[in-house]
Amino acid sequence: MEKFAQQIVNGLSQGSIYALIALGYTMVYGIVKLINFAHGDIYMIGAYVGFAVTTFTRFGHSRFGFIAALVIAMVACAVLGVCIERIAYKPLRNSSRIAVLITAIGVSLFLDYTLMYFVGAGTRSYPPGVLSDRSFTVGGVVIKYQQVIVVLVSIALMILLQFIVKKTKQGKAMRAVSFDKEAAQLMGINVDRTISFTFLLGSALAGAAGVMVGIYFNSIDPLMGMMPGLKAFVAAVFGGIGSIPGAMVGGLSIGVIETLVAGYGGSLYRDAAVFAILILVLIIKPTGLMGKSTGSKV
Amino acid sequence: MIFELKDLEVNYGVIRALKGISLEVETGEIVTLIGANGAGKSTTLRTISGLIKPKSGQVIFDGADITHLSASKRVSAGISQAPEGRRIFAEMTTTENLEMGAFLRSDKAEIRKDMADVFERFPILGQRSKQQAGTLSGGEQQMLAIGRALMAKPRLMLLDEPSLGLAPIVVKEIFAIIREINQAGTTIFLVEQNARMALKIADRGYVLETGEITLSGTGEELAASDEVQRSYLGRT
Repeated sequence: MEKFAQQIVNGLSQGSIYALIALGYTMVYGIVKLINFAHGDIYMIGAYVGFAVTTFTRFGHSRFGFIAALVIAMVACAVLGVCIERIAYKPLRNSSRIAVLITAIGVSLFLDYTLMYFVGAGTRSYPPGVLSDRSFTVGGVVIKYQQVIVVLVSIALMILLQFIVKKTKQGKAMRAVSFDKEAAQLMGINVDRTISFTFLLGSALAGAAGVMVGIYFNSIDPLMGMMPGLKAFVAAVFGGIGSIPGAMVGGLSIGVIETLVAGYGGSLYRDAAVFAILILVLIIKPTGLMGKSTGSKV
Repeated sequence: MIFELKDLEVNYGVIRALKGISLEVETGEIVTLIGANGAGKSTTLRTISGLIKPKSGQVIFDGADITHLSASKRVSAGISQAPEGRRIFAEMTTTENLEMGAFLRSDKAEIRKDMADVFERFPILGQRSKQQAGTLSGGEQQMLAIGRALMAKPRLMLLDEPSLGLAPIVVKEIFAIIREINQAGTTIFLVEQNARMALKIADRGYVLETGEITLSGTGEELAASDEVQRSYLGRT
């Protein structure tokens, strides 16, 4: 029982990371119907920006090192995400979806190997003490202080995101555009700007995830975005691609399932388990847990 | 004159959807464009709204050439549309749909007042203000589409087939409301297949056939003409 609870705790912190990344996939898919395969690499860039802030700046060594790294990485990734959309995807707005998908894979590889050229292929670690590595025990379950931070920051960001999407004008425009682009245009909504805004939000969340993973697992490398990127994609599909609550639930579920599989002797199969879920979802319920129905009133 | 189309030509690929149409709308009028399915009515409206670009010709609004303005600039210039098939945002609430209609406005107090006006004009929308718009009935959705277009505070309102798929009694209600909106000072350009209803409330009308305007005149003139009677009013 203790072991189970321990795995759940570990799974939830891992899952919140997947959820943050999955949100970017799902929002972008919702609005431009593109699986942005470069999204995992934006997360990787976020981890490197956080690394640079905590290692090389005065800020990074202060008590506010974590916050500084988080905020700067989020801003940097937001800018990067918007630039990628403008440069790589926007010119293809009216092309076939496969063309955009291939471009996304190209952007992904471009980011990975460009960064590798500059920083090398080796792994790096964040300086010690950015977040305390203390832990405490509740009923035999060891909970790391860092895990608490990861979960709390993720929850805070998701609440903030929900607020933006539900209550602000830009967020409502986002929902309108993802529901019906033309009708949104008739309202005077600028579709291009709204798409940029969506990339901005999704990329900022990925940047935050990158910094937290960098601190929590304390090892980053230029290809670190591939596997979490794919798993977060599975999480988004599992929750129902296009659905924001779906991405949150999907991310947490994938994290917990993966840790449980690993914890109960299947650590070799943890990745296989995640992709088996993808296959099952696609066979049984392709719209995912909270996928949108496509029916409309005539 | 508030609005004018000059020699408008629109192509869809190799298909010539509009073969150079010209028409005029005076301030305060209800002008209707009637025609059969596929005549080019919706294409005309989509070109006016800026969703498609014409091959040649001009769209003039308020004396200015708006042919090359973006869709969003046209809304802020004062043209709004209740599109064919209503196209409401089904996953948003009634209130949120109306807010989207006022997207380009920033006068919060005025927006609130206009929303109250919409709810007064369409009491049923007020009762369903928190409801997801997709759960409204067809007639209610049409009212919402019109209310949403009103929220932009347009000087010219474009209506695309507001009677489509609605029960005759609801159609009557919608047309009465269109007339009211017009009397309150909004110029209306109405595209309809339901020629009988459209000509009844219109000051003037144009008949569109396969991309060309074949007839024009006042509502009564058109309703009385043999051609319109035969082709659109079902008399032999």
